Amino acid sequence: MALQDVCKWQSHFQGPSPHLPQAGCWAVPRGCDPQSFLRIYGPRLAHGTTTLAFRFRHGVIAAADTRSSCGSYVACPTSLKVIPVHQHLLGTTSGTSADCAMWYRVLQRELRLRALREGQLPSVASAAKLLSAMMSRYRGLDLCVATALCGWDRSGPALFYVYSDGTRLQGDIFSVGSGSPYAYGVLDRGYHYDMTIQEAYTLARCAVAHATHRDAYSGGSVDLFHVRESGWEYVSCSDVCVLYRELQMFTEAELEGEAHQTQPEPVILRGAEEGGEFPVGPREMAPGDSRIPAETETL
Amino acid sequence: MASRYDRAITVFSPDGHLFQVEYAQEAVKKGSTAVAIRGTNIVVLGVEKKSVAKLQDERTVRKICALDDHVCMAFAGLTADARVIINRAQVACQSHKLTVEDSVTVEYITRFIATLKQKYTQSNGRRPFGISALIVGFDDDGIPRLYQTDPSGTYHAWKANAIGRSAKTVREFLEKNYTEHAISDDNEAIKLAIRALLEAVQSGVKNIELAIIRRNQPLKMFSAKEIELQVIEIEKEKEEAEKKKSKKTV
Repeated sequence: MALQDVCKWQSHFQGPSPHLPQAGCWAVPRGCDPQSFLRIYGPRLAHGTTTLAFRFRHGVIAAADTRSSCGSYVACPTSLKVIPVHQHLLGTTSGTSADCAMWYRVLQRELRLRALREGQLPSVASAAKLLSAMMSRYRGLDLCVATALCGWDRSGPALFYVYSDGTRLQGDIFSVGSGSPYAYGVLDRGYHYDMTIQEAYTLARCAVAHATHRDAYSGGSVDLFHVRESGWEYVSCSDVCVLYRELQMFTEAELEGEAHQTQPEPVILRGAEEGGEFPVGPREMAPGDSRIPAETETL
Repeated sequence: MASRYDRAITVFSPDGHLFQVEYAQEAVKKGSTAVAIRGTNIVVLGVEKKSVAKLQDERTVRKICALDDHVCMAFAGLTADARVIINRAQVACQSHKLTVEDSVTVEYITRFIATLKQKYTQSNGRRPFGISALIVGFDDDGIPRLYQTDPSGTYHAWKANAIGRSAKTVREFLEKNYTEHAISDDNEAIKLAIRALLEAVQSGVKNIELAIIRRNQPLKMFSAKEIELQVIEIEKEKEEAEKKKSKKTV
């Protein structure tokens, strides 16, 4: 109405109060820069984890715990920290879960567009480069994404570590998160490029189990993924307490008798076969229903 | 009729022509011949060099250019337009490497050049690029490729092609002589390119420029001497072939 416009009168029913922040912004006291305010007083976003990935002759193994912590309480004991990007690429995520989830969707979109344009999926190196370039634009804005991209492309098994400040490293072994020092210890001891698939599975589970034993922010179960030439597969999900206990039993048995060395082996093979390929194929797995009831996994 | 629809690039004629683009193609037909051959392990580019004036420094005339270590192109048409396109393509190759860490595929850079050319056929106040390009190279997977673009912005893959002044004659020669045997050996492929060019170039060896790319190797420009050696071989083969023929008839 003309009179309203002239007097610049605003009806109270038209929209939210002008004193409220714009949609999507944090409400902070006047005169305060939102970023520094949040840094001091804001909620502690989800952090703390143990994820690891290593590449070997038969592909790339990705393993992660499932505890999502927020400050000093466990926000989610069964979160999925390994995110599939496409059939031949996985990412282990660490840092802020929300940031990781979002940036992975952006990466999925980028790769899909490029695949359509070029007629073939970009390599893992390209994916890592794209992700680090996208995130480096937000440097200094408290993005926290520390991820290992595990994939199989034309050059074979490939593994890249990408951090949200733009770091991008190629390597054979990476472990990310608060539990990573413990995991590195175990990994460095048992890793060699030519190990068998079962040895790799064992090593990954062992490393995460040890990390969860000592790190307060890691726990829950171990999600184990394997990226092969034919694509990624979800190998197993094992509860860490059970796993750790079995590890102890195994080492005790080892120490007790050299003569009984052959005995533990049949146990390994049987257990491993059970925990082999689940009927869940790539693409069918959704974060929600990926919770196969934590199967007790014998080493 | 044409005169009313050929001033502005963005105007179609009633029968569906873009006259400016067609005139650009005419400009290409005036340029000196370029021929390209895709062998099994080698790609060959040959161009006819226009004879230079007495005082002109020959080395500054370059019709074959490297776009990256593994891709190069030859063109026919307006040299200045080619220079602009080559610059942009070289930048595009490096930008691609920066963004995705991999070298461009031959198809990617061809598509880039073709898209660039097409943009200029749909913009106000600009004219199309007056060049056709022959883009050759090897991809990461080791497969040799040859593409040709034209002023309208289309591109196609070829086994062997020619553009420029006597393109038709040379292409007919290639159609007859491009056999599996001819391209199986690197040397044979080079000789085929020279023979094809000689169909169009009257003045002989001095006006031919030749370049090859072998798998996993950078562009190699042939010196005048090397070309001469190849031509001598070709002439020898020709003589032997004629001798055989005359023997038969006798």
